[in-house]
Amino acid sequence: MVTGPAPPAPVPKVSARGLGVRFHGVPALSGVDLDVAPREILGIIGPAGSGKTSFLRAINRMDEFIPGMEIEGSLSLDGRDVRRFRNLYALRRRVGVVFPLPVGLPLSVYDNVALSPRLSGVRGKDELDGIVEKCLRRAALWDEVRDRLDTLGSLLSGGQQQRLTIARALSQSPDLLLLDEFSIAVDPVTTMRIEDVLRELREEVTIILVTNLVQQARRVADRTAFFLTGEMVEVGPTEALFEGGARDPRTTDYIEGRFG
Amino acid sequence: MFQPTPVDLRNRAREGLVRWLLLGLTLVIILPVLLILGVLAWKGTPALSLEFLFTEPREAMTAGGILPALVGTVWLVAVALLASVPVGVAAAVYLSEYAPDNALTRIINLAIMNLAGVPSIVHALFGVGAFVYFFRFGTSILAASLTLAVMSLPVIIVSTREALQAVPRAFREACWAMGATRWQTIRHVVLPNSVSGILTGVILEVAHTAGETAPIMFTGAAFFVPFLPEGIHDQTMALSLHLFIISTQVPGVPEPVPFAVALVLISLVMSMNAASIWVRTRLRRRKKW
Repeated sequence: MVTGPAPPAPVPKVSARGLGVRFHGVPALSGVDLDVAPREILGIIGPAGSGKTSFLRAINRMDEFIPGMEIEGSLSLDGRDVRRFRNLYALRRRVGVVFPLPVGLPLSVYDNVALSPRLSGVRGKDELDGIVEKCLRRAALWDEVRDRLDTLGSLLSGGQQQRLTIARALSQSPDLLLLDEFSIAVDPVTTMRIEDVLRELREEVTIILVTNLVQQARRVADRTAFFLTGEMVEVGPTEALFEGGARDPRTTDYIEGRFG
Repeated sequence: MFQPTPVDLRNRAREGLVRWLLLGLTLVIILPVLLILGVLAWKGTPALSLEFLFTEPREAMTAGGILPALVGTVWLVAVALLASVPVGVAAAVYLSEYAPDNALTRIINLAIMNLAGVPSIVHALFGVGAFVYFFRFGTSILAASLTLAVMSLPVIIVSTREALQAVPRAFREACWAMGATRWQTIRHVVLPNSVSGILTGVILEVAHTAGETAPIMFTGAAFFVPFLPEGIHDQTMALSLHLFIISTQVPGVPEPVPFAVALVLISLVMSMNAASIWVRTRLRRRKKW
């Protein structure tokens, strides 16, 4: 039997090797080896203090603006070490972030979404209008705010603000989207709508979804990683993990709600 | 039916007591303000007139008006703010947004604290040495205003830094995550949301600067200048110094005149404050989170 050479493995979108994060010397995360494939949704679950957020912060090099935060090990985006990006700001524009509490900047709805394009030099009114409408549509918010683009973003309801922050993250045209417990301040109906949005976005962007809702990972994620006290316990296909295929008993305990 | 327990009753009694005590002590603050304004208005009004405001002093300052002193004070305050606000705000932005927590930063903070504790007469001597002689500005509005500016820097820096720190950190991180530089974040998110707090510090300093006498005495304010200043290199009269002089140095000033000068000084400060408070409330309407 003739076997050809194995097809080249696709370069992972994100690849972490021995990744650790410390705050003022105290480890928040250590020894994480994890690959995220292009256009997958990776769910990260785990109790508070397990290092989920630290992982996200390492990807866009937040350590450089946060005193006391240090990163060890290696982390690459499209096969390129994030620390080798000469232009930190270009790196961050490729990585959209949605924060746990909706941070509608105290700017108008329009300006919230137009801020990032403006900061990177887009000036044309028509072009900005186009970006704003497209991003608000993709975040399933356009119909609710099209008549009041001038109101303050921070005056929208919690769920609308959270979709506004998603629209804002999309305005950077990122190819990697990080969501950090986005549903913490959002009602279940809005949560479902946002989950639908994520499934659609999956066609174009890679998504890492840190979530405090185990079932949310099950609904949305292709693969799920379980973090516990600063370590990654395991990562595997979501179905397998939830159907009793977890290798580590702690994962099963957490998923089934026996602790955390 | 709900029966209050003895603990409930005691708590309720204490709550009432504390409330009245706090109200009482707060009223104590209003009292001196009302008294000062009342006495000044009562004793000073007879001497007030348009002529008093818009003419120059005559007959060895025992008659005539206060126009040169009024205009002089406006000059001094305006030039002092032009110098202190940019420097103070810049320093506060650096300290709040850029400075690492290291020895240098701690030394700077210590210096600001100490600067705030320097008596105004010492600022005056510094002003004479630095601005009048070393920089050869002579006794002039420039030298006096710069002295006032140095004196008001600590308050402007500290209040601006507080205002910047009050902007939630999450706003900054959200902006950084979009690929904004620190400066873009400050320019678009942090400063617009702290202007009202920054203005509070500036308002305090307007009053402070207009009222100070010692720092300007040796550096630019004069006993008597019979004409209006034409530029920052002129000497000038000032309301605060004029009040001191006619109250203590000049015999034969009619009794209501010093009160009227004080009333004008206070009204000037209060109208400047009112203007900035109006600006501040307009700005604050935007700020909601």
